[in-house]
Amino acid sequence: MREFSYDVVTIGGGPAGMAAALAAREAGAERVLILERDRELGGILQQCIHNGFGLRRFEEELTGPGYAHRYVDMVKATDIDVWLDTTVLAAEPGGIITSVSPHAGLTVVRAKSVVYAMGCRERTRGAIRTPGSRPAGVFTAGAAQRMVNMEGYLPGKEVVIVGSGDIGLIMARRMTFEGAKVKAVFEIMPYSNGLTRNIVQCLEDFGIPLYLGHSVTAIHGKDRVTGITVSQVNDKLEVIDGTAFDVACDCVLLSVGLIPENELGRAAGVALDPITSGARVDQFRQTSIPGFFAAGNVLHVHDLVDWVSEEAAIAGRSAARHACGELAPSGRERSVMAGEGLRTVVPQRLSDFEPGKMSVRFYFRAAKPMGASLLQFWADGALAFERKLRVVKPSEMIVADIPVRKIGDAATLEFRVVPAPEQVAAEEEIEEEA
Amino acid sequence: MMARVVHAIQCIGCPIGCGGEVTVEDGSVAEMTGFTCNKGQAYAAEEVVAPKRMVTTTVRVSGGGLPLLPVVSVTPVPKERIFHCLQLLRSVSVAAPVTEGEIIVSDALGLGVDFRAARDIPSIQ
Repeated sequence: MREFSYDVVTIGGGPAGMAAALAAREAGAERVLILERDRELGGILQQCIHNGFGLRRFEEELTGPGYAHRYVDMVKATDIDVWLDTTVLAAEPGGIITSVSPHAGLTVVRAKSVVYAMGCRERTRGAIRTPGSRPAGVFTAGAAQRMVNMEGYLPGKEVVIVGSGDIGLIMARRMTFEGAKVKAVFEIMPYSNGLTRNIVQCLEDFGIPLYLGHSVTAIHGKDRVTGITVSQVNDKLEVIDGTAFDVACDCVLLSVGLIPENELGRAAGVALDPITSGARVDQFRQTSIPGFFAAGNVLHVHDLVDWVSEEAAIAGRSAARHACGELAPSGRERSVMAGEGLRTVVPQRLSDFEPGKMSVRFYFRAAKPMGASLLQFWADGALAFERKLRVVKPSEMIVADIPVRKIGDAATLEFRVVPAPEQVAAEEEIEEEA
Repeated sequence: MMARVVHAIQCIGCPIGCGGEVTVEDGSVAEMTGFTCNKGQAYAAEEVVAPKRMVTTTVRVSGGGLPLLPVVSVTPVPKERIFHCLQLLRSVSVAAPVTEGEIIVSDALGLGVDFRAARDIPSIQ
């Protein structure tokens, strides 16, 4: 069995893995390796052929492959090694990575730092416990996206989409473009989980109805799906009797959420956040195992790839510093909590600040949609910082920079989102300074 | 009498997704509220008179590792001509290698809109 050694190894060659590797190389890691199980770099972006990527990162609107291409070119311009068709079997504390590939066989890589960048996978029918038979024709939206955009198959002609996540909305338009009839999108929640722009340009443009507060109560068909039964639900998400109706279809696409693909982290014993299903990290994106970092959708599911690139660069820089012996173990650790109105916060803990650090960027997901609101930062039970949010949607991440001097020495850190008082709602920004 | 119509428009320019209102008087934009950038204002003004969309789809490619090449319109397509463009692109087939940015169809249907390759497709061997 062949053995190699590297300073920084990223597991995954999608947007997170590439950005982390580039940042690690730039920050002084001499030997950097990307391990990718697919036949090319780029990850899921390669099947996301629609545009809308990169407005923040590159200040222009790119397609998914276009965004990936920018990073692939940057990687190619460096001496970063890339191993394709390579599946990582284990990454153990101490940085011992075991991988397998058709050309190199079983290989062991010793890494001073490891960046988890495996992305996420789709929730399936099992995750939403849909009753009914098990016919062919039921796909996750992302699997259908790969079939349609990369492999040249149309998974059905009369389509129903379950769940209103962005991939489902994008696929509603894509299937329509390819000649299929998309009959409706059914969402169990009273609000959509997709970006507003996608509801407009993927559903409204084509007259595809979106039913909120509706749940699938049966899937019909023996060999091939022939239709579904849908019912309205109440505010406790319980089916309301007498509201059931049938929709005929030969294809059901599920867009019901994403879960970080964290088997490697779990096997290595990394402490996980039960809400994000990703690792619990500090502001350096270091997990509970020293030298193991995480970024991108394996850490928490993002709305925009631009944020993934930014976060992965933090993880990559930190991984390089760890490899060079510059990332000292923290003297103390403080937990960061997602309080009222919020579901998740990343990072979930803070290590000692770097000297000269002015602010820390936090990423949040809201618990429910709200109008004009205040994002509040509470330090040791006292309100230390607040910022106005024009609108709050669970489908969109909230990003805020909190000045280090506001965090100070506080032992307990908590964020909340509360409705804005009316006079505050009228003002644009009450934030003091960044 | 002047015809005054207020349109509620949802911007699709970026993921922020501003919503606003555009007031049209006698066929031209008289007033606009709710859009927070120049791009959004331009989008909203166009949306009420001549809506356009960027179009992304695939064309066949031979001799590459993949059967499909993603393509994107270089500029937006008038909304009512989207399906005509898709029909045209369905008949297009190219040979690998293809380089990102290469024009695959120029001046589609005389609309002045080009479609370019959204990725590289190297030829196999």
